[in-house]
Amino acid sequence: MTKRMDLFDIVIYVFITVLSFMCLYPFLMVVAGSLSSQSSILNNGYKLIPEEWTLGSYKALFISGKSIPRAYGVTILVTTVGTGLSLIINTMMGFVLARKEVRGRKLLNLYVLFTMLFTGGMVPWYIVCVNYLNLKNTLWALIMPMLVNAWYIFLIRNFMMSIPGEMYESAKIDGANDYQVFFRIYLSLAKPVLATVGLFVALRYWNDWWLGLMLVDKPQLQPLQLLLHTIISNIQFLKTMNASPEMQRVWSSVPTEGLRMAMVVVSIGPIVLLYPFVQKYFVKGIMVGAVKG
Amino acid sequence: MDKIKFQPNMRGRKKLGALGKLRKLNWRLYSMALPAVILLALFSYWPMFGLVLAFKDFKFKDGIFGSQWMDPFFDHFELLYTSPDAINALKNTLTLNFSFIIVGTISALTLAILLNEVKHNNFKKFSQSITFLPFFVSWVVVGAFLAEILNYDNGIINRILVMLNLERIAFYMEPKYWPTILNIENIWKNMGYNAVVYLAAISGIDSSYYEAAAIDGASRFQKIRYITLPLLKSTIIILVLLALGRIMNADFGMFFYSTKGLYSLWETTDVIDVFVYRGLRVTGNIGIASAAGFLQSGISLIVVLVFNAIARKMDKDSALF
Repeated sequence: MTKRMDLFDIVIYVFITVLSFMCLYPFLMVVAGSLSSQSSILNNGYKLIPEEWTLGSYKALFISGKSIPRAYGVTILVTTVGTGLSLIINTMMGFVLARKEVRGRKLLNLYVLFTMLFTGGMVPWYIVCVNYLNLKNTLWALIMPMLVNAWYIFLIRNFMMSIPGEMYESAKIDGANDYQVFFRIYLSLAKPVLATVGLFVALRYWNDWWLGLMLVDKPQLQPLQLLLHTIISNIQFLKTMNASPEMQRVWSSVPTEGLRMAMVVVSIGPIVLLYPFVQKYFVKGIMVGAVKG
Repeated sequence: MDKIKFQPNMRGRKKLGALGKLRKLNWRLYSMALPAVILLALFSYWPMFGLVLAFKDFKFKDGIFGSQWMDPFFDHFELLYTSPDAINALKNTLTLNFSFIIVGTISALTLAILLNEVKHNNFKKFSQSITFLPFFVSWVVVGAFLAEILNYDNGIINRILVMLNLERIAFYMEPKYWPTILNIENIWKNMGYNAVVYLAAISGIDSSYYEAAAIDGASRFQKIRYITLPLLKSTIIILVLLALGRIMNADFGMFFYSTKGLYSLWETTDVIDVFVYRGLRVTGNIGIASAAGFLQSGISLIVVLVFNAIARKMDKDSALF
């Protein structure tokens, strides 16, 4: 059967192409802008293909000191530790909620569910974190508040509930205690849902700016996204107050906009590079969650 | 299996009473639940006590429980409903969220249906990937993108305007463009993600419906109109209801990083969450911020319960509970 294209098809293809291009445009614009020279921007504005190529913006960015690698370090550390801990904590809870013989199961479920329906709000949360938990300006401040997530707990619970009860029974008969049942059996059976949740959690930690914004003032502890925000809002300021003449020379020849774009490229680089490889897991994860609901 | 297991329970219960029950409590299982329980207690439940701050005169050194009660009791709330900024924030939150739900649903649904119609698999996969990509960048990055696009001198929009011999627009000074800008941002970031949800639902539709329609001579357009859309109706309604349940809560990141909290744009872009943030961190006006947060949480709870109940009536499995 030949695939004939009718008018409807053409309209669809054009429409989707336009949509895709609009989704992609900002990324292309930012890469091109980061590679454009000052003069070409002044004369021609931004183009998708720069008139004059230069790596000047990137040079200026890395001369400006250790803040970028440090922010990267903070974010990588927070993401790996946070994702690991979060997976363990959420999965254990999901496992417990999936066990029918747990007494008080309904209460525990409600305990978790209620947090999805009602919150104390921004102000009390902030006061608890800062005044009572002393989380201000620590690495844990960037990790702890996001460790538990009711949504993922329920996702994991539902998955584990779909694992046949006989697995648990036979393991118990063989004399295993619950820890062993969990770690040896259920954890490996739950690999699909763990991969999905793990990726979503990792993405949340990597992109997080909220915890940094609320709980961290020290520049050394700023995560990547927050540094991006700081640099972008302050680039004009940074340009005029540089100390060393070396930096002044480099910075004055670099377009303000080019610098901002370079900073954006540097922050989204890892995500865009990893995207083709991990994209399908996210899609699978959404489809599983969507089909359930 | 189960019957055999129950017998020891019964004996233990009769002999040792409460202690027997305790022994049967599986402490290992409970220990596995403990970290989550503690963390939720710390970060979700403890702050709930802080809701009383809406009625207190908060001083940092006194903490939540040491601070004095307000006199008059509802003074913070009185300040709130006489504050034009607060009312403006409420209006913007509701109208903008509502438009996001409508526009977002239509755009995601359209994309999903169109993608489903694409015959070339490679094109389909490629464009689905591209439209999904914006979901992966943070609002900080989107705000930076926006700043470049709306840039007065060099941004693409103003350059196009100049090419058409029109006046440049100083976007960051004109509130009237922003509801549109924000809706476009919302589409850009979320359309691909939501389209995946609808695509999942579409793939669940039995293909025999389409085959039967083809035999009856239905066109592609007719198939969409009479099969796809009606069968998606309940999915769409559920998702809309769930979204409505969150109508009191704005996406803080989106607003904060797109508008940079600029005063010039408050009229159409200030929302409750940014209003509370300002009170807490910028002006130090904890009282009014707490009152606003209190109302937001309270109304949000009611709204979520109501819309979830409606959703549950329609389709038992879909609601949150």
